Amino acid sequence: MFSRPEKLSMYWKETTRQMIDIGIGSLVIIGLVSVFIGAVTAIQFAYQLGSSSIPKYYIGYIVRDIMIIELAPTFTCLALAGKVGSNIAAELGGMRQKEQIDALEVMGVDTTAYLVLPKIIAALTVIPMLVVLSAFMGMAGGYTACTVGGLVSEAEFMQGLRAFFDPYNIWMMEIKAFVFAFLLTSISCYQGFFVTGGSIELGRASTSAVVISNILILLADYVLALILT
Amino acid sequence: MIRIEDIKKQFGDQEVLKGISTVFEKGKTNLIIGKSGAGKTVMLKILVGLIQPTSGIVWYGDTNFSALNTKQRKAIRTEMGMLFQGSALFDSMSVEENVRFPLDMFTNLTKKEKEIKVDKTLERVELTGSNNKYPSEVSGGMQKRVGIARAIILDPKYLFCDEPNSGLDPTTSMKIDELIRNITAENQITTVINTHDMNSVMEIGDNINLVHLGELAWVGTRHEVMTNKNELLQDFIFASPFLQRLRDAANLNKNA
Repeated sequence: MFSRPEKLSMYWKETTRQMIDIGIGSLVIIGLVSVFIGAVTAIQFAYQLGSSSIPKYYIGYIVRDIMIIELAPTFTCLALAGKVGSNIAAELGGMRQKEQIDALEVMGVDTTAYLVLPKIIAALTVIPMLVVLSAFMGMAGGYTACTVGGLVSEAEFMQGLRAFFDPYNIWMMEIKAFVFAFLLTSISCYQGFFVTGGSIELGRASTSAVVISNILILLADYVLALILT
Repeated sequence: MIRIEDIKKQFGDQEVLKGISTVFEKGKTNLIIGKSGAGKTVMLKILVGLIQPTSGIVWYGDTNFSALNTKQRKAIRTEMGMLFQGSALFDSMSVEENVRFPLDMFTNLTKKEKEIKVDKTLERVELTGSNNKYPSEVSGGMQKRVGIARAIILDPKYLFCDEPNSGLDPTTSMKIDELIRNITAENQITTVINTHDMNSVMEIGDNINLVHLGELAWVGTRHEVMTNKNELLQDFIFASPFLQRLRDAANLNKNA
């Protein structure tokens, strides 16, 4: 996979195509998922606080940290495993079945390098950006839910967002994003690239890509939590 | 010229090719014919290196292709062109992008030079004006011609065609055959075609290799097909009742 590219410009073209597919193509779903997760987290935490003596601004603080540390990287990548992972497996599987991969090989193209590497590079570049966006959208969702619903004042929520900030959490979020991005793309590429048989096997490969990616993302999340905290 | 020596291929317990040796000559259309399951496609895929033989050697000129590593094979592969059974065109690319792909990947030509070469090649396969169409927007016969254009754009020394006539009507099928034959003769390339189309056998079979149950059963030219008494060849050629009646009628006329 890491052999010298036949033509760097062609690899770059393919990488940018994948970046657009993964990045721009996932903006809406990631935005929507994050806004609602942030909103629900804020509402649930406000409910848990009830009439306790814990200051209300803690809602902003909890929403911020839970989005950065856990929900943004994990939920984004679980959602992307469903959207991008199944798409990658189906695309490569379809190419295998229609002999397009064989055609590239006969031409002398290193097929694993040309078809897999750009997808992994694109995912490693774009998914961490999507995770950052997800964190912001989640906080925005929490802010909207709290202020519109009258759970906490605008000033209190903003105070919470600024309280006890530890930049290390950003690193944790980005490390998780990189690891999950690598897992979901490499597993999906493997499932699609080595598909054999017909449409039933292609469907199975696509499903396996999502299921295995999700399980390994959750497992990696646990391991990273142990290592990084 | 391509030469294969004692090629064997086994999948599990099943021996698909049982030691085939033959020569595919330069400037000729070399056909591999045989019934379904005879081992034709496996043989073609071994020739281009998509499948590794269990034993045996594939020679491209004086180069032992079987002994080359992936990097060394790349050099020979840029001299190959292949038309796949389903054309294997890239769905997300237009006709022009498909044909231009090998130029983009392997040459340093300018945009203008590539444009000229693509137009010339599309003209050669009678597809002028189809540049911006997508594979899903053109007919099966046109897809085959796009596949041929992509296969010949780098002026290969070797052209491989896997069932070029499958799914085509007789007229389009004949046009594809004629195109392949003319390209072979004009460019003096070694063409290997895997087919069970009888029209192709009779029209363009310069060198015919009949494969039966993994063994080479007969080698000859299209001129020898009708007269040769090889039982397996006769069974294959005159498999259809219509052709059998035609042969019987011809024999009756000859005897009368």
